[in-house]
Amino acid sequence: MPRPSHPSRFPSSPSPSPSQPSGKGEVSDLKLQLRQLAGSRAPGTDDSKRDLFKKVISYMTVGIDVSSLFSEMVMCSATADIVLKKMCYLYVGNYAKVNPDLALLTINFLQKDCKDDDPMIRGLALRSLCSLRVANLVEYLVGPLGLGLKDANGYVRMVAVIGVLKLYHISASTCVDADFPTMLKHLMLNDPDSQVVANCLTALQEIWSAEATNSEEASKEREALLSKPVIYYLLNRLKEFNEWAQCTMLDMVAKYVPSDSNEIFDIMNLLEDRLQHANGAVVLGTVKVFLQLTLSMTDVHQQVYERIKAPLLTLTSSGSPEQSYAVLSHLHLLVMRAPILFASDYKHFYCQYNEPSYVKKLKLEMLTAVANASNTYEIVTELCEYAANVDIPIARESIRAVGKIALQQYDVNAIVDRLLQFLEMEKDYVTAEALVLVKDLLRKYPQWSHDCIAVVGNISSKNVQEPKAKAALIWMLGEYAQDMTDAPYVLESLVENWDEEHSSEVRLHLLTAVMKCFFRRAPEMQKTLGAALAAGLSDFHQDVHDRALFYYRLLKYDVATAERVVNPPKQAVSVFADTQSNEVKDRIFDEFNSLSVVYQKPSYMFIDKEHRGVFEFSEELGNLSIGVESADNIVAAQIVGATDNDLLLSTEEKEESTVSSSNGSAYSAPLYGGSSLASSLSQSELAVSSSITPANPSPTGLSLDDLLGLVSSPAPAPSSSPPSLKLNPKAAMDPATFQQKWRQLPISLSQEFFVNPQGLVALMTPQILLRHMQGQSIHCAASGGQAPNFKFFFFAQKAEEPSMYLVECVINSSSSKAQVKIKADDKSTAEAFLAMFQSALSTFGMP
Amino acid sequence: MISQFFVLSQRGDNIVFRDYRGEVPKGSAEIFFRKVKFWKEDGEEGDAPPIFNVDGVNYFHVKVAGLLFVATTRVNLSPSLVLELLQRIARVIKDYLGILNEDSLRKNFVLVYELLDEVIDFGYVQTTSTEVLKSYVFNEPIVIDAARMPSLGPAAIFMQGNKRMPGTAVTKSVVANEPGGRKREEIFVDIIERLSVTFSSSGYILTSEIDGTIQMKSYLTGNPEIRLALNDDLSIGSSGRSLYDYSSSAGSGAVVLDDCNFHESVHLDSFDIDRTLTLVPPDGEFPVMNYRITQAFRPPFRINTLIEEAGSLRAEVIIKVRAEFSSDITANTVVIQMPLPSYTTRVSFELEPGSVGNTTDFKEASRRLEWGLKKANYSLFFSIVGGSEHTLRAKLTFSQESHGNITREAGPVSMTFTIPMYNASRLQVKYLQIAKKSKAYNPYRWVRYVTQANSYVARI
Repeated sequence: MPRPSHPSRFPSSPSPSPSQPSGKGEVSDLKLQLRQLAGSRAPGTDDSKRDLFKKVISYMTVGIDVSSLFSEMVMCSATADIVLKKMCYLYVGNYAKVNPDLALLTINFLQKDCKDDDPMIRGLALRSLCSLRVANLVEYLVGPLGLGLKDANGYVRMVAVIGVLKLYHISASTCVDADFPTMLKHLMLNDPDSQVVANCLTALQEIWSAEATNSEEASKEREALLSKPVIYYLLNRLKEFNEWAQCTMLDMVAKYVPSDSNEIFDIMNLLEDRLQHANGAVVLGTVKVFLQLTLSMTDVHQQVYERIKAPLLTLTSSGSPEQSYAVLSHLHLLVMRAPILFASDYKHFYCQYNEPSYVKKLKLEMLTAVANASNTYEIVTELCEYAANVDIPIARESIRAVGKIALQQYDVNAIVDRLLQFLEMEKDYVTAEALVLVKDLLRKYPQWSHDCIAVVGNISSKNVQEPKAKAALIWMLGEYAQDMTDAPYVLESLVENWDEEHSSEVRLHLLTAVMKCFFRRAPEMQKTLGAALAAGLSDFHQDVHDRALFYYRLLKYDVATAERVVNPPKQAVSVFADTQSNEVKDRIFDEFNSLSVVYQKPSYMFIDKEHRGVFEFSEELGNLSIGVESADNIVAAQIVGATDNDLLLSTEEKEESTVSSSNGSAYSAPLYGGSSLASSLSQSELAVSSSITPANPSPTGLSLDDLLGLVSSPAPAPSSSPPSLKLNPKAAMDPATFQQKWRQLPISLSQEFFVNPQGLVALMTPQILLRHMQGQSIHCAASGGQAPNFKFFFFAQKAEEPSMYLVECVINSSSSKAQVKIKADDKSTAEAFLAMFQSALSTFGMP
Repeated sequence: MISQFFVLSQRGDNIVFRDYRGEVPKGSAEIFFRKVKFWKEDGEEGDAPPIFNVDGVNYFHVKVAGLLFVATTRVNLSPSLVLELLQRIARVIKDYLGILNEDSLRKNFVLVYELLDEVIDFGYVQTTSTEVLKSYVFNEPIVIDAARMPSLGPAAIFMQGNKRMPGTAVTKSVVANEPGGRKREEIFVDIIERLSVTFSSSGYILTSEIDGTIQMKSYLTGNPEIRLALNDDLSIGSSGRSLYDYSSSAGSGAVVLDDCNFHESVHLDSFDIDRTLTLVPPDGEFPVMNYRITQAFRPPFRINTLIEEAGSLRAEVIIKVRAEFSSDITANTVVIQMPLPSYTTRVSFELEPGSVGNTTDFKEASRRLEWGLKKANYSLFFSIVGGSEHTLRAKLTFSQESHGNITREAGPVSMTFTIPMYNASRLQVKYLQIAKKSKAYNPYRWVRYVTQANSYVARI
């Protein structure tokens, strides 16, 4: 095959890409040359065309607009040379969207090529045809696609299947009307070519997920992809597929809910050898299946951890650093979930000097997590080596890690010694980190104060600059004023330099420390206290000012009371708050083998709504708003819990509040943030009262609405007989559990009924419905949609029983119909619950 | 599915750019490059991780041959899948071009586009097998001159004028015909081992691990079946033996792999019986098997470091390196590094009498001592012959007094090297059998061993 004659004319030299101004002249030059070649039949024309085409595409790559060459390119594309054709297709695909009129020019030759004798050309032309992304050309796609799906050649069918998906994205209705999804389904279950099957699967997943929001049928079809026959069919053919298609399938299998444990073991045995695959994505896909299938079988689940350990470790140490990072992130997740199972593998988490810092950070966290009585000594010794590391951020992390280990261990002797050695290293950042740690350590183990104070006393406050470290030092000066002889004088000099202290955090701590010191050593401190309060009162920072004023008034009132407030006897901190709630952690675990693990965040925190997943129920919930967020003050029972309340504070605030409360200072972060929580509290109380008289829910509803100051208040529903079922008014369920349950349970009942007109009017603000239902002890998990279609997920729990009811309720405000699907743990009472639900809904919006 | 794929040069130029779904705004390549170049997180500068999110767009990248291979997406994908894919695309391109670098990529970008069209359709992976792609791809690679290009990767050391090896083999395109239109029938099997060893200050081995790969590159026509026999006494899994058991003496007993994985073309039917791998190698380069060993082994080098204060503003560092392998083996590209106290201002070096061609340097910016070792004056590469011992003395001058514990301010000593025809694990390919098509069929087979330092560190 001839080579281009002037390769050097393309931007092959390492010089910067051709600049814009000269590009313009060259484009018109190219236009001229292309025009000359268009009609030529002279020998060698194709070679010259190739050169020109290459040039055009190289311009396209570097971002020069060559769309003005469109008609010339199309004219030149009448050729038998497949390389030329391919370049032309590439060009056309890139610019058709912005030149829809010109794109019409290409339809003709592409359609012709779709009927070529060479399957290669048929496939290529079909792919390009579908890649034009021009809405008004879709009519030309249907015919060639239909033929393509029935083509005798696998390559053409493979291209056609993805073509259907492309068509769906240009015009969903055209795709569905042509009945392409049904054809894909048929191909998926019958085609001999594995790549055709794999493409059908991905295309159907995308199409049905998108359709499911407006079509009942599509959502059934989507569920059918996870049905036993389809899953088994795919599993049996799994080994025919290439590694990438295997990943797609493993992802599906992980969502399949087997009926019994035999089925689980069959699937696991079948997939066992996938754990030995060299492709990390296949291994992680398999690991996900194993973990998901065994969630409810504790001992098997643990065996799975043991089984997957070695393959994951091998993957982290083979392959490129990037690949091993992806696997290490997953290993990190598993270690954090079950550190005890990895305790003997701690040496694998030692850092290597040449590893990038993002890997070292993960490893340090893992080392911290797996530390236990038997390996602590070695781990801490290793971490101390890193503390002298040239990489300062990692040195800091290592010291923090040592501190964390100290806080989670009972036997801390040796570690305290190490920390104190850090203080003696005389590196600023090491001292700073160590001071913060010693402070935390003392809060947990006050018995060590004697040893620590001796060392801390030797540190000159002038050598400590970082605010956090300075604050820690000052805290210790105040707290242990009795044991540190020169504490008053150190504090005095700090107060003298008040104006040079830029950090308000340090100034706040200084005020408190001066107070504490004063209570113990009044004669030495009186003057300093006065100076500190004066400085505080004239401080420009509001918090500092307020605290100084508060202390001042407190002292004026009564010194003994002030001491009780500012420096009460303290209890040692037993556990420091975790930064991530269990719910968030579980959510990330549910999204194993995805970006959530790498970012350590659930997907709803970083993926836009319209791109969230393609297949999951979670995405459906995600598209709707998560209950906790949207239904602000309605889901009272769910958010009042103390731990969740912590969640509402940022980590920093949380630290602040724990620090200050244990300081015993008067500075207290508000525990209940806003009025919303307050009102939700009173609401849940009301909800409790409703359980007392469940037979007649109306009084509750009335008072509830009065409280919230709403216009509409539900009338006592005379039409509906009091339901016999009692519901737990404080039922709670997090969205993840809801999803999982929804996936597992079959539909018990499904019904459609009319919604009264008043209800539809009130539905303009869907929140009101949520409140209304809450009044009937039916809680909302998620809600969303816009007129005319609203969708709600509710749940309720039988009083004094764990049995749950899950409801999907779709209300169409234009047809005044509500479609209700109920899934129940206890099917026998589903009917009664439905009646109750219906009656609750029927009273909605009634005056 | 991925939304875009692109390749950037080290300076951030687009060499190849393909948009599959049109969901990500146009400037993504610039956004990506700026982010990677000036990576900062929590106020700390550092290396950009291979995966990050900017404004809802997820960027994945791998670095190959000084180029950045990048994919973007808006959906929540498997990170392993995308990174593996990027790596695989790089490998396919290398199979086609023979050499993968900026120059070869720029010369062949049309071919690369052609490949990309077949590898990914509408963001979904179709195939990454060089074998399969061959029937869809029509551009001929423009092969660049390999001789001028120091290629990357561990197998590259076989190019160093060693007469036993055909120099161009590893950089030969899988598809292009050689000048004269004939294709040489040959197959390469490389056993590449990367060592991670940490010595304590007293010379005791704290951790050690071998990460090995058996890599294959086949230029055989007709894809004959191949049998690869490994050590008979090879065993897998460390059952019954605690990890990191160094009490068992090195040099005796079987080779024990902690774990291993295999390429999908490998059949393990007889592996349990006679440790033989059977496979029909696809075209192109691929890892037949990856393995991991924590069993004790004899490290190829011993490092002794001594750091002593000599007066208030002076100190002396003595580094001694011993090559503990046989003298017919030579280690290449040997470089030893050691961070020095931050207040070091000047370093003077003193080598043993008679040593030739060593280089010594004090990198002031990073406060690092660097020592390159050469075997003899004719070698282009730093190298050490087995059994030899080398010593470096360095006199340090400080700008301030050290605070007593100087060892906490310096070190550890790290070492990089490559040792051809040496493997630490003693894992061997005992024979390489090719199913014969005819009596005359006797392709060249190359089985090559190489050991490299991954992280070779001695604390002081």
